[in-house]
Amino acid sequence: MAELNLLEAINRALDEAMAADDRVYVIGEDVGVRGGVFRVTDGLHAKYGEKRVIDAPLAESIIIGSSIGAALYGMRPVAEIQFADFIFPAFNQIISEAARMRYRSNNAWEVPMVIRTPYGGGIHGALYHSQSIEAFFTHIPGLKVVAPSTPYDAKALLLASIADPDPVLFLEHKKCYRLIKGFVPDEAYTVPIGVADVAREGSDVSVITYGLMRHYAVEAAEMLAAEDISVEVIDLRTLRPLDRETVLASVRKTNKVLVLYEDNLFGGYGAEVAAIIAQDAFEHLDGPVQRLAGLDIPAMPYSAPLENEFLPTPEKIANTLRDLVNY
Amino acid sequence: MKQERDQAQLIEMFRLMALARALDERMWQLNRQGKAPFVISCQGHEAAQVGAAMALRPKQDWIVPYYRDLAMMLAIGVTPREVMLGLLAKADDPSSGGRQMPAHYSHRALNIVSHSSPTGTQVPHAVGIAMAAQMRGDDVVAWTSFGEGTSSQGDVHEAMNLAGVMKLPVIFFCENNGYAISVPQRKQMGVENVSDRAQGYGFPGVTVDGTNVLEVYEAMTAAVERARQGHGPTLIEAKCVRLTAHSSDDNDRTYRSADDLKAMKTRDPIHSYEAYLRSEEILDDAKIASIRDEIKAQVNDATIFAEKAPLPDPMTVQRYVYAE
Repeated sequence: MAELNLLEAINRALDEAMAADDRVYVIGEDVGVRGGVFRVTDGLHAKYGEKRVIDAPLAESIIIGSSIGAALYGMRPVAEIQFADFIFPAFNQIISEAARMRYRSNNAWEVPMVIRTPYGGGIHGALYHSQSIEAFFTHIPGLKVVAPSTPYDAKALLLASIADPDPVLFLEHKKCYRLIKGFVPDEAYTVPIGVADVAREGSDVSVITYGLMRHYAVEAAEMLAAEDISVEVIDLRTLRPLDRETVLASVRKTNKVLVLYEDNLFGGYGAEVAAIIAQDAFEHLDGPVQRLAGLDIPAMPYSAPLENEFLPTPEKIANTLRDLVNY
Repeated sequence: MKQERDQAQLIEMFRLMALARALDERMWQLNRQGKAPFVISCQGHEAAQVGAAMALRPKQDWIVPYYRDLAMMLAIGVTPREVMLGLLAKADDPSSGGRQMPAHYSHRALNIVSHSSPTGTQVPHAVGIAMAAQMRGDDVVAWTSFGEGTSSQGDVHEAMNLAGVMKLPVIFFCENNGYAISVPQRKQMGVENVSDRAQGYGFPGVTVDGTNVLEVYEAMTAAVERARQGHGPTLIEAKCVRLTAHSSDDNDRTYRSADDLKAMKTRDPIHSYEAYLRSEEILDDAKIASIRDEIKAQVNDATIFAEKAPLPDPMTVQRYVYAE
């Protein structure tokens, strides 16, 4: 049992996967000698060599496209896109190719690959180092999208993603990388893809969330506990496939729900969660399905007061929950 | 003995080219009869594809094709029956079980990789296959094809750049027929030859007459040898003719002059190869008639077989989104 931060846990998972299976390799920008701009692949180049830890040219589409080819051949590529904001040149490869390969070949071909990418804001990354990209990708059948928020979940879910026979987009929240620490067992353990976590139990209202917002929701829940309001926090951990049952069970228990996400509100991932709750738990609701999310502006601005205004904060979350409880 | 074997290979090249043409023509007939909603043709590209295929080792090398590669498919081992199952979108179509449009070829057992319709996306896959083969130390060459229009795509540039960096065993095969649907090459690029670009990626580029099967075979043999010896990629540009409209939904008379179309017909690769084989006294009327009879029987058999084959069960529409 060791206390690790999120990025150290991810590093451990990569190391373990590469040690266990020589089909696993890492490719991305600066992942080699430098060990990644966030140091997530630190030490792997020295340990496994440049053939398995590949510094790619600065071109996202070939990072993904070549990984698809290698996966078709039988390898297990783990591609890194340096910032989620830079994934769009590879969008076509991900949605037209990786996600559809199994379906379009009637199960003849499969693409067992992982795309790791740091996303999210609150780190003064401005418009192009802060974005949440999950809505674009959770829309696509054939892809799995995983977004762990704790070191414990991150390590196990990355190993599960590498072992998965389908393409997985693995989202790593940048602000969580060093901020979030937790105990990670030395021995093997598993967290399956597609299973949400009850991060905090409560009885008055549910928060359905993921990523950095899980931690903000828990902070808000602690504030409200002092006011005798009991908040349940569900950390989805996997966005697609969605663990509907855990979400609906929580709503049936508390009868009130806030869907919380950092991405722009309109058409965000939480809109789908809200729609599912409205349709499948309607008779259990004692208030409107509430959403709190990033503002509907093009992206997160740089200057601190502007950035803070964009993001949901524990205070804003607590205020929204108070209103909902009093509805 | 060697000469006999060579003769047999020369005749086999002719047979494959003629088979591709006959099958292609039958597909258009089925389209005009309303039995096949869509056809996209290889007519005029047969020499380029068969010349390329004969330099590769089926089932060992990997084929990452595009939609015009019917003759390549037949040369690697896809059967006329399998092609027709795809055309008619039948359940047993090996490419996709009727899920994709026709000519989106795939055949797992033959290492022919499934491709999509956005152009150029397959080229990075070939690079990844070559990268994997290099990592594993396997004796494998990856071959990928695309038109000259597709050579404008960023994916093609990114793929060639990485292949040059890593000296990968991959062959980039551009089938340049001068038109990207309606847009002529002069509006597509500022260079005369697509192969001129290879220099910018650090590997050789050659342009060959894509209507001359033997010239293509020779260039491919050199490229395959280079790849197998670990010297890296080659870009081969085969200048072909497109003897049909872009597809069954296109009318090329709206953008190609009658003179152009007529001139194109004089460059039919099958006519010129047949004339060559006659002049070398490898084929004569009787041998050609026998080959054509055999082909006709094969095309008829494939058509009847595919027409009788079952369509996909609608209850399967949700299968294979993820591993089952």
